[in-house]
Amino acid sequence: MADFFQNTLHDHFNYWVYVILMMIGLWAVIAKNNFIKKLIGLSIFQTAIILFYVSIGVKVDASIPILHHHEEPAAHAEGHDKGHKADYAVGEKDDSAPAAHDNHDSHESQESHGDHDHHADAHAVNPDLIANPLPHVLMLTAIVVGVATLGVALALSQRIYKEFGTLEESELLEQLKGGNVDG
Amino acid sequence: MGDQLPAIIVLAPMFGAMFVALLGNRDHRVCFPIVFASLLISLCASIAAAQQVYTTGAIDYFMAGWEEPIGIGIHLRIDALNALLLVLISVVVVLVSFFSIRRAGEQHTEKTPQFYVLYLLLCVGLLGISITGDAFNLFVLVEVSSLTSYGLVAMGSSRRGTHAALNYLLMGTVGASFYLVGVGYLYLMTGTLNMQDIHAILQANDAVSGSTAVIIAFLFILLGIWIKMAFFPLHGWLPNAYSYCPSTSACILAPLMTKVSVYVMIRVMIGIFGVEWVFVHLGWSHLVVWLAVIAILAGSMLALAQREIKKMLCYLIVVEVGYMVGGAWLSDPDHWGLTGSLYHILADAMMTLCLFLAAGIFAKRLGAVEIKDLEGLFKKMPLTSIAFVIAALGMIGVPPTAGFYSKFYLIRGAIEGAHWEYVAALLISSLVNAVLFFRIFEIAFFGNKPAEGHGHDDHHEDESETQQGQVGDSTLLGREPAWSALFPLLTSAAIIILLGLFNGPIVELIRESLENLPSIVATQAD
Repeated sequence: MADFFQNTLHDHFNYWVYVILMMIGLWAVIAKNNFIKKLIGLSIFQTAIILFYVSIGVKVDASIPILHHHEEPAAHAEGHDKGHKADYAVGEKDDSAPAAHDNHDSHESQESHGDHDHHADAHAVNPDLIANPLPHVLMLTAIVVGVATLGVALALSQRIYKEFGTLEESELLEQLKGGNVDG
Repeated sequence: MGDQLPAIIVLAPMFGAMFVALLGNRDHRVCFPIVFASLLISLCASIAAAQQVYTTGAIDYFMAGWEEPIGIGIHLRIDALNALLLVLISVVVVLVSFFSIRRAGEQHTEKTPQFYVLYLLLCVGLLGISITGDAFNLFVLVEVSSLTSYGLVAMGSSRRGTHAALNYLLMGTVGASFYLVGVGYLYLMTGTLNMQDIHAILQANDAVSGSTAVIIAFLFILLGIWIKMAFFPLHGWLPNAYSYCPSTSACILAPLMTKVSVYVMIRVMIGIFGVEWVFVHLGWSHLVVWLAVIAILAGSMLALAQREIKKMLCYLIVVEVGYMVGGAWLSDPDHWGLTGSLYHILADAMMTLCLFLAAGIFAKRLGAVEIKDLEGLFKKMPLTSIAFVIAALGMIGVPPTAGFYSKFYLIRGAIEGAHWEYVAALLISSLVNAVLFFRIFEIAFFGNKPAEGHGHDDHHEDESETQQGQVGDSTLLGREPAWSALFPLLTSAAIIILLGLFNGPIVELIRESLENLPSIVATQAD
């Protein structure tokens, strides 16, 4: 039982929260009668996905991804990213549970570092010390998309309220059924 | 210039949208020339790119020269799979832009520039979806096209349209979010978002491609795309959204949105996960083909039950999506199912375009919303009727039209893959199509209600008379629409026949994109 808590709940806590939030959001979108409540559900749903992506980028004891040295970051960045990608692929060989990835990340990448000559360089960037910025960047885009969607959705709800005088879907459907189409 | 073709295809409509937004409000007359010019640039670039692809091979374009696959970047790729689709999309949007001349912002004339901005951004989204080589950019572009289409659906004056648009938005956003979750799992497992890189890692690393997380990723992506393409149990948003929106919006959305989503599904199956993984490792082929069979049969029944023309056509789209999903999953050894599916994307886009243009014309010129309103149609609008009949024969699958050949290739795939249920569903649905359209033909040809238009058909008589002076009685032909509506209609009808006549070379081009795929060993026998 303790094992269960340690391995399944504690280590994957973010992922549990993400799944639960996503289901709450989806339930609200499907089951709620009021359009504003549906939209709140939709926002929760989208935010859950943001939590999921941000959890992917987490590394324990890692710093923010800003390079301190001025010497040609491009060359290092290249090595860093190649190494990093390989880390993921190699890491998964040892450990098939994907969600456990972050927590084991440091050990596995230590092992796999031997394979990559890039890191022999004294100035090279050590990927273990730097958080993965990519999921965060992706989520900036996804947040923008989510805001735009919410904006359009609120504008549509406003128009629905003007045209039907209600935001309850059941009342709206009743109005549509009771003749008087497209008044 | 030639190297920049992929960027030009996507950027031309985007800059067009910016110019329309800047200049359109002063004078609505500048909108159409800008729209037309930018779409024409896209069309020429797509044709040039397609020619280059089929002579020298795939074009890879890295925006701003970020060549190193560092996980993210704007990678545009045109290969044999999407070159034809790009040409198709640009042809359709150019044709519909003609149709929009008199109908832009139909009920809200002051909204013409806004309509065109959405229209062009929708083109950016659709072309971008087809051209991108990056799984996350695909999500963003799907949302670009979806957001604009919510706007286009809601632009009508019908209050049902507003409700349909909001429902569409809720379903569509959930679909896109599912796709995003799937991409997240893929990124977690492979550390990259570039489709080719993901494919290479999944091919090379059995531990990754065999893991549950990748299957979950595929499931989420597939569900997301199915919602977007209105695959049968998830089709709820489509009929209302496409039948209560302005007819120009319907003409651009109905032929392209679902078809582009089908392309995305095929691209994900072939280009990210690989056919071998999808068909052999997963082995869901039977399940999905059965789902498609249910979609085809249920869609046909629902189409039979409709009284409104556009609603009926919308359910036919659901049926056609069933064809294409089923075709893509037939998993026959030589990929004839995939070929048929890709060919049907072209054929169905043109047939849907033609039918929706015709339906838009009926609604405007005759005030015909229900099928019974079409009485005496053939006498009132001979040219429109001919185009409508050609498209309808295509939907039924009568030989010289494209619809016949796509069914031919799909059935060939089904027989080689031993999916007899799919063959049966295809034949039944052809019969239902025949019943549906011959019912319309009967009313339109033999029904002779005295000609009384309830529509606003008296505005454009001058143009139409010059166009059709030779065909007969001018009072009757006054009902034929203006050239701006007639031109795209007749062109799309001609393309349906041309696609059918030249199906050999077109299918050869499609097969070129599939020739590197491993042959699937038949694992069906159970």
